Amino acid sequence: MTVSAHELLATPDRASRERRERVFTLWMLLALTIAIIALLALLFDVLKVGIPRLNAAFVTDFPSRVPERSGAYPAILGSLWVIGVCAAFAIPVGMGAAIYLEEYAKPSRLNRFIEINIANLAGIPSVIYGLLGLAVFVRFLGFGRTVLAGGLTLGLLVLPVITIAGREAIRAVPPSIKEAALAVGATEWQAISRQVLPAALPGFMTGVILAISRALGETAPLITMGALTFVTFVPNHVLDRFTVLPIQIYNWTSRPQEAFQETAAAGIVVLLIVLLTMNALAIWLRNRYQRRW
Amino acid sequence: MFLRFAAAITVLTTLAIGLTLLGETVGFFREVSPGAFFGSTEWSPTFADPSFGVWPLVNGTLLVAGIGIVFAVPLGLLVAIYLSEYARPRVRRILKPFLEILAGIPTVVLGFFALHFVTQVVLKPIFPDIKTFNALSAGLVVGLMIVPMIASLSEDAMRAVPASLREGAYGLGASKRTVALRIVLPAAISGVVSAIVLGLARAIGETMIVAIAGGNQPTMTFNPLHGIQTMTAFIVQVSLGDTQYGSIAYRTIFAVATTLFVMTFALNVVAHKIARRFREAYE
Amino acid sequence: MTPTRLRSSDRSTVTMPNPIPDTTDGLRITPRQREVIFQTRDLTVSYGERPAVRDVNLDIHAHEITALIGPSGCGKSTLIRTFNRMNDLIPTARVQGSVLYRGTDLYAHDVDPVEVRRRIGMVFQKPNPFPKSIRENIAFGLKVNGISDDIDDRVEAALKGAALWDEVKGDLEKSALAMSGGQQQRLCIARAIAVAPDVILMDEPCSALDPIATARIEDLMQQLKTRFTIVIVTHNMQQAARVSDRTAFLTAEVDEDGDARCGVLVEYTQTKTLFTTPADPRTEAYITGRFG
Repeated sequence: MTVSAHELLATPDRASRERRERVFTLWMLLALTIAIIALLALLFDVLKVGIPRLNAAFVTDFPSRVPERSGAYPAILGSLWVIGVCAAFAIPVGMGAAIYLEEYAKPSRLNRFIEINIANLAGIPSVIYGLLGLAVFVRFLGFGRTVLAGGLTLGLLVLPVITIAGREAIRAVPPSIKEAALAVGATEWQAISRQVLPAALPGFMTGVILAISRALGETAPLITMGALTFVTFVPNHVLDRFTVLPIQIYNWTSRPQEAFQETAAAGIVVLLIVLLTMNALAIWLRNRYQRRW
Repeated sequence: MFLRFAAAITVLTTLAIGLTLLGETVGFFREVSPGAFFGSTEWSPTFADPSFGVWPLVNGTLLVAGIGIVFAVPLGLLVAIYLSEYARPRVRRILKPFLEILAGIPTVVLGFFALHFVTQVVLKPIFPDIKTFNALSAGLVVGLMIVPMIASLSEDAMRAVPASLREGAYGLGASKRTVALRIVLPAAISGVVSAIVLGLARAIGETMIVAIAGGNQPTMTFNPLHGIQTMTAFIVQVSLGDTQYGSIAYRTIFAVATTLFVMTFALNVVAHKIARRFREAYE
Repeated sequence: MTPTRLRSSDRSTVTMPNPIPDTTDGLRITPRQREVIFQTRDLTVSYGERPAVRDVNLDIHAHEITALIGPSGCGKSTLIRTFNRMNDLIPTARVQGSVLYRGTDLYAHDVDPVEVRRRIGMVFQKPNPFPKSIRENIAFGLKVNGISDDIDDRVEAALKGAALWDEVKGDLEKSALAMSGGQQQRLCIARAIAVAPDVILMDEPCSALDPIATARIEDLMQQLKTRFTIVIVTHNMQQAARVSDRTAFLTAEVDEDGDARCGVLVEYTQTKTLFTTPADPRTEAYITGRFG
């Protein structure tokens, strides 16, 4: 006796169940579509307005009251200077903190407190880091509103992220590597510096590049600690005043003339290209050096 | 040793933030009474006859962040459920980097997008009376900014739910939707709530999107079609101007910043506590 | 065919409805005469390109306990999961051949796996109660199956049927996770029988439990087989010998190169026969402990 599957198994709510399943799937796809379209709209809008305005002069000109002659040269250089100081500070300190927390620190109340602290620091709004920079670097240490102060401010901002990246990179290295070094008579520091760190380096660099690219896009903390918004000169040393590309973009966006909006869009295109390159580099690094232990 | 000093810097940073904010705020309250700060709903600190009621700024912040959360939570959760329960590995491999890209867009770029595209192209046809600077546009783009965060953290929480729970539900004849919504999501709820709270904290602390697209009018309006000013936008506005060190205007920055800090810090602590309870349940 | 709905007038005798009529009529039916619930014909299950178990031909009979035994890697878990289409959840799984349930092809186009699993329940190796209360665990299955009336009565009946009622009746709101392993597994059994399935599949249900809990569940199985058909996977031969009516012995075959292991059905017969006078030398080797 063969009964059809439908008669034997079918439940009365099959139709409504399938309908509800389909509706839910539609909701999910709608959500995905909105997110994707939003990003595409953003890129399309920026590129449409910005690319026509973009020319070689844009990256070599100084900003001007005339939008068509405004360029991002000092802003780009300012960004490079500030990121340089930021990296010079945050990479060694971040890696140092990561090494300490992973290799030397015993699980004590103090160290648990440091960990919680780092997690909290990562959640503090970036403007407040700017105020911190203003109070400590600009005023208290007397660096003034200079590249040095700006770089250090950004350095503090990305320090938690770099420390976490460092810890995860070190954690990914199997303990057998360190043990092997110790077994042949290396000191703890030699084992770490000669074996563990080089192994952790590619993973760490990926995290660093991502953190630095985030710092490149930061605007608020630098405005707050006193970066300029209209500069007619290029910084020559760390104690010069400066502006950065995101601030320059913000400055152009706040002007009502349509031509300035186009200039802002051009600046955005440059910024996005730089960020895209850095992220691609980070991903390439990650894939190239991802070892299978 | 250098290493211990390096780790200590993080602690010093927190201390410095605390001291700075506290110090200047105390100085502020010596000139402006807490009653005037918390009791008034008019914020006009630079007027000849200044008023220092902070509520318009808080209102603007919460209005924008509220719109952002209302937009981002359903979107983020649906994306998270899709990634966790439905998507095939090939789709995941495209979607996850896509979310990372969205998360990596600088906020000044998002602000430009809000001002140009969202207000002019999307919202103006629907609300012809919308102002150039308005809370809705800023709120929606702030929401867009935190979608990756909510989606990715919620997805992590859902994937941590053991497969055995899903199997048990499937074994009873539950459909995929039922398993996702009635078993996985409830089991992951602490992780999801933690993600939402973190997203809210991030939305409250956001600066450039609101500075560019939200406006500089501190009012107590609930109408999202109007311009407002958030705490963060105010800080930027004053910083751009020529403020004398030690002047009352200078100190208002810090008073507002302390208010902002307290709000975001409290939310972060709550989020981490909830997340820890979730981790303990599954590890 | 839906479970008979209880009417409030029936409250005096709340029985778990079993919609498939029992053909025994209380008489002693010889095993040969029992109705066939499952038939597999040349059943092969592969994950991707790799076959896990192949060319299985066996019939599962109603109201019997059928045990699947064999060394690890012989595909017994894979096999039992074909009966309720649980291997659908694994994207790379492929089923060739046929599995007939009461004469119907379980893998036909128009068959919805969700409905299959409502008729054919499963209890898993590690007890997996939901992180909800005892009552909610059982109520979930009922709601999923569209049963929304007399929940409390059905919960009670299910817990009684799983020999758990007396231990938990005092507090049904207690979290299921607060119970012992044996109690959790009996709750999972209660959860499965609450939705009135036709068959209960058990994938090593006692391997995570202590001997006392195991014994209780083995006793329970004897009670349950009057109402349901039970198929059990076990790596414990003695358990199979104790509880089952029929036993299937599978083993893992290694191919010529020595790497791929694929399960095959070696022998399938009355339990007593398999354990006393096995037909195949491999069966004999296994049950006398010479390997596996």
